[in-house]
Amino acid sequence: MKKDIILKAENISKQYRLGQVGTGTLSHDINRWWCKIRGKENPYLKIGDTNDRSTKGTSDYVWALQDINFEVERGEVLGIIGKNGAGKSTLLKILSKVTAPTTGSIKSRGRIASLLEVGTGFNGEMTGRENIFLNGAILGMTKKEITSKLDEIIEFSGCERYIDTPVKRYSSGMTVRLAFAVAAFLEPEILVIDEVLAVGDAEFQKKAIGKMQDISREGGRTVLFVSHNMAAIETLCTRVVSMEHGKICSSGDPTKVISDYLQSNSFSERIINFDSISKAKGNDKIRIMYAGIENASSNNKNDIIDVTSLINFKMNIINQTNKELISVGFDLKTIKGDIVFGSGGKFNCKLNKASEICCEIPSNFLNDDVYQIHVYFHTNEMNPLFSDYELLTFEVKDIIRESGYLGKVNGMIRPSLSWSTKDIIS
Amino acid sequence: MNKPENTSSTWLFEITPKNKFFSLNLKEVWQYRDLLFLFVKRDVITVYKQTVLGPLWYLIQPLFTSVTFTIIFNNVAGIDTGIVPPFLFNLAGITVWNYFTACLTGTSDTFKANAAIFGKVYFPRIITPLSVVISNLVKFGIQFLIFIGFYIFYYFQGADLSLNGLVLFFPLLIVIMGILGLGLGMLISAMVTKYRDFSHLIGFGIQLLMYLSAVMYPMELIKDKLPSYGWLVEFNPLAYIIETARFMLLNVGEVSFLGLSYTLVVTIAVFFIGLLVFNKTEKSFIDTV
Repeated sequence: MKKDIILKAENISKQYRLGQVGTGTLSHDINRWWCKIRGKENPYLKIGDTNDRSTKGTSDYVWALQDINFEVERGEVLGIIGKNGAGKSTLLKILSKVTAPTTGSIKSRGRIASLLEVGTGFNGEMTGRENIFLNGAILGMTKKEITSKLDEIIEFSGCERYIDTPVKRYSSGMTVRLAFAVAAFLEPEILVIDEVLAVGDAEFQKKAIGKMQDISREGGRTVLFVSHNMAAIETLCTRVVSMEHGKICSSGDPTKVISDYLQSNSFSERIINFDSISKAKGNDKIRIMYAGIENASSNNKNDIIDVTSLINFKMNIINQTNKELISVGFDLKTIKGDIVFGSGGKFNCKLNKASEICCEIPSNFLNDDVYQIHVYFHTNEMNPLFSDYELLTFEVKDIIRESGYLGKVNGMIRPSLSWSTKDIIS
Repeated sequence: MNKPENTSSTWLFEITPKNKFFSLNLKEVWQYRDLLFLFVKRDVITVYKQTVLGPLWYLIQPLFTSVTFTIIFNNVAGIDTGIVPPFLFNLAGITVWNYFTACLTGTSDTFKANAAIFGKVYFPRIITPLSVVISNLVKFGIQFLIFIGFYIFYYFQGADLSLNGLVLFFPLLIVIMGILGLGLGMLISAMVTKYRDFSHLIGFGIQLLMYLSAVMYPMELIKDKLPSYGWLVEFNPLAYIIETARFMLLNVGEVSFLGLSYTLVVTIAVFFIGLLVFNKTEKSFIDTV
């Protein structure tokens, strides 16, 4: 059977210039132009570092994408995974024609519509109904198409009651619902989706995932889906591409690529420690000098954490704001992106001095899995100060088993619950 | 699968680093005509939402400007407008001039103002400046009604007013003006993405340009009084448009067919250069804006 390729990317590369646009830009522009006139190659295409945000590069230019080649078959749901800054979003931007690649080309046999971020072009002054038309038209639908689907869109969004109210009076959740509803009824041959499922309440997320499954299965449409939520990727995608530093490092069967990706990303960032404020994690408001997941059941806090360990999440921070009372919290999530719980509180931290904050996670609570800490700091008035999506990563092992069952125990948590039994005498 | 064609000719479209030298994809623009209409609608109805006077603001601005001009230029400086009442003379000039500035300032901001939306979805970018030109046409229409109102008022007051037969071509003149504003606006909008200097330039540039565009004086006057600088006005295509507009509406001044041909050539040239630069910019402006 011949493959029906609907989308083909050949040698896609994208170069970005770092730093500010200033006088240097003009001189580079002139140089580039001068080379072009003489029929020479663009001199700045030869240089540039691979895209690794954490290391300091030598060049002003970086390659956000380098030599990306892939093909997508009709009806396929292709997942794209990778760490922050791996180039996923840049790739999607090129696919949806928002920006052009520096070299290479993309060939397509179908209309591409993107859902890079829902709610694009919503105008707060206009009513929900007017915005459905406007947003639909921006996404490439004709008025006729929208009119024929209007009732379905309104019903799907669940905003019927507010549909003739200006969108600026909507709650953010309602705006997202309405926006996703419009996008869900788009009918392009290729749909590009970037992290839309991170919004909305649980009921709506379920609805959205269901709709995406319908789109790809029944409609036979091709979907490119970028997400950090491995569980969603695994459920929805028929093939997964994993990216790192602007290159594709593996592709194929979802389960395998995802597990390879999860394993290749070091799990052992249990402790981070900095000697000086300038190097410490954070910004000019909050500095994290030390953060660690410590094993509190053992004499050695660095011991392997197992299911029965008492865990201390400890941070030494320096409060550089102008108020002592700040709000500190974290979400504990599995490596696949599902949040297990969130916890936080308000604490008095002396200004410009180190304070220790500790949160105890009980023993016999977490399952054996890899977990990440998403930490966030806010002012007392809940204005954001600093947050880190992947502050720490740690693994909870399962060493001692009493039951004799050796498979993985299901669930995100594994609490030790009290069971009892007694004979019933009848 | 019965889709054996796998040659490059069957691709629906291709995304490449560079556009063909000149590509105005009219077919694509036509596909998005509903979007154009909705943008126009959005611009027109949202500008004065939550204002008490609403669309009246469209009228207040040209009226007050005309009154001011009449006091300063005609009563104080003593510019002679002939048989036409000075207020009507100024109102005609300002109404037409306002359409041009609205088109120019509206379109010259295209990329910067729409960066958020352009950064997320693709549609033919030219839809945005086009919608600005069209929605300003609506605004111009309303302002022109006020001009007609005062025209009739002065007529019955006994002022010696008459239309010139060429007034039939007035809509064409406005279209030319819109295209000139659009072309210039696209050119500037493309340059603003990289060098913000241009957005500063445009603010006072437009004001200076007004003085060179025969808005509040007849073209003949400047040739008489400032013969050494008159050429500045004579090389300004806008001056011909405004002078001609007044000729059509009030039957004063002169209409130079040479000047109008010059205007037409400049307009077409500016429009195509603007389009070219705009098309080139739209592909990657999001990286620099």
